[in-house]
Amino acid sequence: MKAAQEISQRDSLPGAFDIEAIRKDFPILARKVHGKPLVYLDNGATSQKPQVVIDALSRYYAEENSNIHRGVHYLSERATAAYEGAREKLRRFINAPKDQEIIFVRGTTEAINLVAQSYGRAFLKAGDEIIVSAMEHHSNIVPWQMLCEQIGAHLRVIPINHDGELVLDEYRRLLTQRTKFVSVTHVSNALGTIVPVKEIVKLAHEWGVPVMLDGAQAAPHLKIDVQDIGCDFYAFSGHKLFGPTGVGVLFGRSELLERMPPYQGGGDMISLVTFEKTHYNVLPYKFEAGTPHIAGGIGLGAAIEYLTGLNWHQVVSHEHDLLTYATDALSGIMGLKIIGTAREKTGVISFVFDHVHAHDVGTILDQEGVAVRAGHHCAMPVMQRFGVPATTLASFAFYNTREEVDVLVRAIQRVLRVFG
Amino acid sequence: MPELDDLYQEVILDHNKSPRNFRTMANANRKADGYNPLCGDQVTVYLKIEDGLIKDISFQGSGCAISKASASLMTAELKGKTEAQAAELFDNVHKMLTGGSNGGDGGKSVGKLAILSGVCKFPARVKCASLAWHTVNSAMKGGEGVASTE
Repeated sequence: MKAAQEISQRDSLPGAFDIEAIRKDFPILARKVHGKPLVYLDNGATSQKPQVVIDALSRYYAEENSNIHRGVHYLSERATAAYEGAREKLRRFINAPKDQEIIFVRGTTEAINLVAQSYGRAFLKAGDEIIVSAMEHHSNIVPWQMLCEQIGAHLRVIPINHDGELVLDEYRRLLTQRTKFVSVTHVSNALGTIVPVKEIVKLAHEWGVPVMLDGAQAAPHLKIDVQDIGCDFYAFSGHKLFGPTGVGVLFGRSELLERMPPYQGGGDMISLVTFEKTHYNVLPYKFEAGTPHIAGGIGLGAAIEYLTGLNWHQVVSHEHDLLTYATDALSGIMGLKIIGTAREKTGVISFVFDHVHAHDVGTILDQEGVAVRAGHHCAMPVMQRFGVPATTLASFAFYNTREEVDVLVRAIQRVLRVFG
Repeated sequence: MPELDDLYQEVILDHNKSPRNFRTMANANRKADGYNPLCGDQVTVYLKIEDGLIKDISFQGSGCAISKASASLMTAELKGKTEAQAAELFDNVHKMLTGGSNGGDGGKSVGKLAILSGVCKFPARVKCASLAWHTVNSAMKGGEGVASTE
């Protein structure tokens, strides 16, 4: 409660984005790595957690631990209320119409697999086409390839231009009577590109084709309104959204979810079981077989509450400032090339050197306390598109500062000294 | 605390900049590809083996300084060795990279490759250094194959 009061007090300060106070909410940001202050710029891989999330997890285990949806006892009622309360917070967070359209999953990957296997196997057939884009994370490619192999459907890919933006004219050309599903990312993890998802959805719906959006990289940075976007499915992960690992959300329009078969069978997803026939539970429980990650759901609810307490307008403008500042600073480094120069970007900078590999950059930055990602970022087709084996990727969150960007720049200069 | 200088020694930087035996080999009789699926490092190792002797060895590919230097040092070390000697060296290098020993007898059993011993202090980079070795091992065993660090 104390933390919640502090947050509401902070938000009431007119015009102030108190970065120091925000950083204090995240205990890990105070630690050192290799004797240097941690500069955490790997937020695209996973974000750090505020104390309120860590407290929510331990409070659940210390004070409320019990199974949900089944106990008549006090603790079970408390845990159920907390878990279902988190669902309601998540519904509001993405402005979904109904609580029952919020399905708890392990993460974005599971959400996409759920839709591919449940919707895909029930409603797609041989010869049908599924459209993805050239900037997808592997988790929005492989589940569809698996479905294609199972049913004889085909994958079609929207190309990207040299800045890392979708080529919408090509998308229009790919949409035909054969198209039966579209699944694209909202924000590219490897490039930071913000995809014009409203346009993507509108064009697909003109053909009567449902659209799924991978929001793993969008939810931590953009205001998400699934009704305004108009998408049929939207997925995101808790751990990239300042919440715990192992929990995420699939939003689906109830008209579609009602028609879809369950993804997994087990407890909680049934209403009546006999050996002759099983009746499935109502939404969302039909898709939530087995005891879920209760603590994770409650922790994610605490993260959402924390985010709701921030002034989102200031968050967006601070992150944009970081992106601009870092882009300018990195562009000034001799031999450094930024991959992904879309006009609409979140705080992600992917870069390469001609003569220094991303892994060597990553190791040397780590010695300076700077955590970045080095590699193909689970987006090998993006690397192939730009003709690079790997990139170094710095991804920002609202708790990062310009001073941290300065440390990054100095660390990169050390890389260049080592490699001459 | 691991020291960066242990990892990026002059010899390693030199082999990265001017890798030895960095070419394809048209008349190779053994060849294998190696991938590190975590980071996308890729290497192809070519061997010409006659009467159990490594007459020629070369490599191609893309990767970080550690993987490139390791492959380059490896080719220089293995040329002229027997298959049995190469297998023994593979074991010793593997032990050095993963266990922190430099070959058990003061570095003699891994020869010049002792320069790579600093890698074991950087666990995230061990696979970079061992990729070429897994690949040559697979080439010697199977003629053609794909090695993986996973």
